Amino acid sequence: MEKSLRRYAWIFVLPTLLAFTIGFIIPFLEGLYLSFCQFTTVSNATFNGIGNYIEAFQDESFLHAGLFTVMVAVVSIIFINVVAFVLAMMLTQKLKGTNFFRAVFFMPNLIGGIVLGYIWQILINCVLSLTAQPVLALNATAGYWGMIILLGWQQIGYMMIIYIAGLQNVPDDLLEAARIDGATEWEILWKIKIPMVMPSITICMFLTLTNSFKLYDQNLALTNGAPNDMTQMFALNIFDTFYARAGKAWKGIGQAKAVIFSVIVVIISSFQLGYTRKREVQQ
Amino acid sequence: MKKKKSEGSILLTIILAICSIAWMYPIFMILMNSLKVESAITTAGAFELPTGETFAGLANYANAINSQGFLASLWYSLFITVTSVIAIVICCSMCAWYISRVQSKISNALYYLFVFSMVVPFQMVMFTLSQTADMLKLNNPYNLWVIYLGFGAGLAVFMFAGFVKSIPLEIEESAMIDGCSPLQTFFKIVLPMLKPTMVSVGILEAMWVWNDYLLPTLVLDIKKYKTIPMLIQYFRGSYGRVSMGPMMASIMLTVIPIIIVYVLGQKHIIKGVAAGAVKG
Repeated sequence: MEKSLRRYAWIFVLPTLLAFTIGFIIPFLEGLYLSFCQFTTVSNATFNGIGNYIEAFQDESFLHAGLFTVMVAVVSIIFINVVAFVLAMMLTQKLKGTNFFRAVFFMPNLIGGIVLGYIWQILINCVLSLTAQPVLALNATAGYWGMIILLGWQQIGYMMIIYIAGLQNVPDDLLEAARIDGATEWEILWKIKIPMVMPSITICMFLTLTNSFKLYDQNLALTNGAPNDMTQMFALNIFDTFYARAGKAWKGIGQAKAVIFSVIVVIISSFQLGYTRKREVQQ
Repeated sequence: MKKKKSEGSILLTIILAICSIAWMYPIFMILMNSLKVESAITTAGAFELPTGETFAGLANYANAINSQGFLASLWYSLFITVTSVIAIVICCSMCAWYISRVQSKISNALYYLFVFSMVVPFQMVMFTLSQTADMLKLNNPYNLWVIYLGFGAGLAVFMFAGFVKSIPLEIEESAMIDGCSPLQTFFKIVLPMLKPTMVSVGILEAMWVWNDYLLPTLVLDIKKYKTIPMLIQYFRGSYGRVSMGPMMASIMLTVIPIIIVYVLGQKHIIKGVAAGAVKG
């Protein structure tokens, strides 16, 4: 079968491969090369060595964006996963209306980042001005917590669905046996349910981690970095370096920042996958 | 014992009901304010229902639809999403079947390249991608699906390949022995089995393409074409004086179709997401 299939490679693989080459491979390699160049368009690049990388690491706004990204990521990952898991536990108790609640909590996930950002910008600004505090454009603390709430609202439902699927896979007789042996519900949670849903935890951690690192739309719409780039995350910082700063050096520096950013995301996510995968039990 | 349990579950249901009302409140608030006249949309009255005086009917909606090419944007978004999802589902399932059935170094390398592309942030390629797209004349809504096929291939191939591996080889082999060509085998035997995964992939990719903001902003000629997310950003982003009424109406106009689609296909969407994650 393999042999006759091979003759059809062009029809099965070529369309995807061609688009993948245009959409990913060429831009990726070109981007990698351009991070060592000074340029304003692809055609006028002059080689510049590691100059862009040195500039990138000396750019304080970039370092601050990195720190802010990590702060958002850590808190939102914990917040989203804990709440999603608790909701999933509640919704697997065979209550009335489970399907309805599930649908409601999942809903915000379908709304795009830009629209989400503006919904929460309007809502948070109203709450802030009613309680006589500075609005989002002037208030970095509110911008930070606003971002966490927004991300929670957007992603908790999605992760909850994954946890529900995981919890439903825990065999009933295993839980029954544990109860007969006198295990408390608390022990069942920590010693049976959590180890058994470890594959779901791996996926949810991976998704929340990469989502919060790559965040752009929500950041742009909610605060756009205001006040004074205090709430700017990695992706937004890179975009601004490319398109909002005058001077021909910035595009190269932006591309170098993008390479650094990619390396960070790839390393952190593969480290996380390795770490939680090891804790999965075979069924 | 039994009575205690049912009391507990009533309490739990009440808690969940309160939570889900709170969960929907942000959308309700936008809806409420989108129905008010401009002068009544103030921070002090933001949490009040529109009354006889402040009620504006659908004026803000009419405004939003008429003033800024909303319908054109709706068409672009719809066209891009439908063409991209169809292209991704068909091309990537074929590609995934091939690379999981033909064992070679090249198909292995391709698989890992697709997985790698899922993790790389868009900022890495955004500048060079927009230049490549300009050069190849892919910078209009009618050709944009090529870019989405390329950039969305990672997730799709990954999910399809995961499922193909669980299909026993014998079925396909016997079809081939019976004289099916690889194309017939794929479309008549493999494709029907892949249907649930296709729904998952289709839903996930549709959610991504419909809501995507940065890619179309950079690739499309922004003066000529705006997708829905671009329109919202353009409307609001040019700070200064924004009329809040039409702004909130246009937010609702983008949310309402999503809610309708969701209510109709809720079961499939939630199942699709769960299945997609388990396979991933």
